[in-house]
Amino acid sequence: MIVKLLSGDQPRSVLLTLLLLVTLVCLAGAPFLFDGVRALDTAARICIFIVLAASYDLLLGYGGIVSFAHTMFFGLGAYGVALTSSHMGRGFDALLVGSVSGAVAAIILALLIGLFSLRVRAIFFAMITLAVASALAVLVSQFSGLTGGEDGLTYKIPRVLTSANRMGEFMGTQVSGKILNYYLVFTAALILFLLLLRIVNSPFGRVLQAIRENDFRAEAIGYRVIWYRTMATCLSAAVAALAGSLFAIWLRYVGPDTTLSFEIMLDILLMVVIGGMGTMYGAVIGATLFILAQTYLQNLMGSASEATSALPLVPDLLDPDRWLMWLGVLFILSVYFFPTGIVGRLRERRAS
Amino acid sequence: MTLAPDHKPTFANLSLTDRLGKAMPVILVPILIVLGFVAIGAPSSWLTLTVSGLAMGMMIFIMASGLTLVFGLMDVINFGHGAFISVGAFVGVSVLIALGDWTGAASLLLNMAAILLAVVAAMAVTGALGWGFERVIVKPVYGAHLKQILVTVGGLIVIEQLIYVIWGPDEIFINRPEMLKGAVTFAGAAMEKYRLLAVGIGLVLFIAMRMVLRRTKIGLIVRAGVENGPMVEALGYRLRIVFVGVFIAGSALAGLGGVMWGLYQEVITAGMGEEMMVLVFIVVIIGGLGSVEGAFIGALLVGLLQNYIAFLEPKLALVSNIALMTAILMWRPQGMLPVVKAK
Repeated sequence: MIVKLLSGDQPRSVLLTLLLLVTLVCLAGAPFLFDGVRALDTAARICIFIVLAASYDLLLGYGGIVSFAHTMFFGLGAYGVALTSSHMGRGFDALLVGSVSGAVAAIILALLIGLFSLRVRAIFFAMITLAVASALAVLVSQFSGLTGGEDGLTYKIPRVLTSANRMGEFMGTQVSGKILNYYLVFTAALILFLLLLRIVNSPFGRVLQAIRENDFRAEAIGYRVIWYRTMATCLSAAVAALAGSLFAIWLRYVGPDTTLSFEIMLDILLMVVIGGMGTMYGAVIGATLFILAQTYLQNLMGSASEATSALPLVPDLLDPDRWLMWLGVLFILSVYFFPTGIVGRLRERRAS
Repeated sequence: MTLAPDHKPTFANLSLTDRLGKAMPVILVPILIVLGFVAIGAPSSWLTLTVSGLAMGMMIFIMASGLTLVFGLMDVINFGHGAFISVGAFVGVSVLIALGDWTGAASLLLNMAAILLAVVAAMAVTGALGWGFERVIVKPVYGAHLKQILVTVGGLIVIEQLIYVIWGPDEIFINRPEMLKGAVTFAGAAMEKYRLLAVGIGLVLFIAMRMVLRRTKIGLIVRAGVENGPMVEALGYRLRIVFVGVFIAGSALAGLGGVMWGLYQEVITAGMGEEMMVLVFIVVIIGGLGSVEGAFIGALLVGLLQNYIAFLEPKLALVSNIALMTAILMWRPQGMLPVVKAK
């Protein structure tokens, strides 16, 4: 049963299995295991970013395609929900229409970009996605009448999903609509992740891996490389858009900084590379570690910066705002020394 | 034995479309300028926009030329190129601020000397940085595009963050030197002096670069290396050293572009290189990877189109570049003047 749910792709490492189980249990019980709004918010972010990172892994790890437009698709989904919610009024139909239209828009855009750039050479894709994504970010901040510009949009979601909806007490915790909302996010994220696992372990996923290893040979065997690459782009765009919709439902706010910025793109890259490209489970480990570090490690850096304030330059380097720099260093080192990421390392240990 | 029949091979004249097709990329720039004139109508604002479009194009070309050569020569795609633009701008602007007496003086000579010093300092720093970048970041990942992209993006992040550490998180405002403020009026059109200077510098650089590439031995090796690297190495040239040289020169040019762009915008931020990279990539793609001439034409097209559209329909300025890129890729999927064959 479990093997079937995981599409026959087991973690293949005891430690990895344990880590994944701990993550799953913590996320599933987050509202009751941890206190406070911040912990719940962190858990929801982890769920959403696991899906986002996993959908990027489909492209980067399995397809060997570097895209810089993943936040664009994420943003399309988020803005889809935001726009329908603010125009159709609060209601589940608005959320549904928004999610679906966001995903459809993402698929169409991905199809266009894919057909244009993947036709020539894969390396164009990285550059073109960067250009298109930044153009869309500029458009969103300029058409402020529709999108709220830099300020973004705040809107209402169905009352059932807000903390105003109180449903009594369970295990010493006040169960509110917020927790219901969390479980909506959690369940959707779990389903999407299992779906992605299914996709990469299907014949389609195998062909994609073959293309990654040697596109010329795959073409010679008779697979239409462009078609497979474009399909992978569309699929990952659709899942990213759905993750964006979940993010919008959870936050009740969308803005360019939280959904479209280049920083988020870098975050996704780091999650996938550090977790382990081409493994799917790497996205889980990478996203969880990254969000936890982002939420809690920055405080640590702040205190380290204060502790070293007597030294020259060191406090500046340890400033919490400079945390991206250390991530960059970590990123370069992991590409050199651990190209298979955490998951790859754990599996190697077992093999040896 | 019969004689071979008389045979006079004749070459068919190239048809007009063939000949036009070859020259088309070069003709595109004047066509765009004429179209701009038709769309804008007023000659004076058209002239102003054309000059600023050319100035912008020249600056983008300066930044893009190094990138396209590096790709052509070693098949290395450097996403960290934008970091050199930012670093160049910060170093150059720091020098200009330190030389406040010179830039504030109403003497063209002192102003130019200050700019020259700033440019030299910026190019020296970015050149050295490029050398280090090549050794530490790029060298271990030759031949693997995926890793190159990832690692150079990592380098971009680190350098950008280091700028924050050294120069602080705030943007820096900079005044142009005294004699370069204001505009000259010609035929009723106001043209900023600085833009004219930028056009001049860009043209000189392009011609110099063309001369080096076409007339010197080193240029010959570089061009041959772009066309067929292994053959050049088989002839006994160490392409690796040439490549490092081109990488350093390209980084230094990005630094120069950064200083010029900083003075053009009169404000610099650590993220400016990243923003410019979008335009640089568009230029490199439409020009054709590895082609300096293509990058030049592409940069002029992008600069002109952006300025015309910004005047006609401000909100569509950046999107117009994407549209331009799409149109050119539909017409020539490899870019206008591709040198490197599809890989």
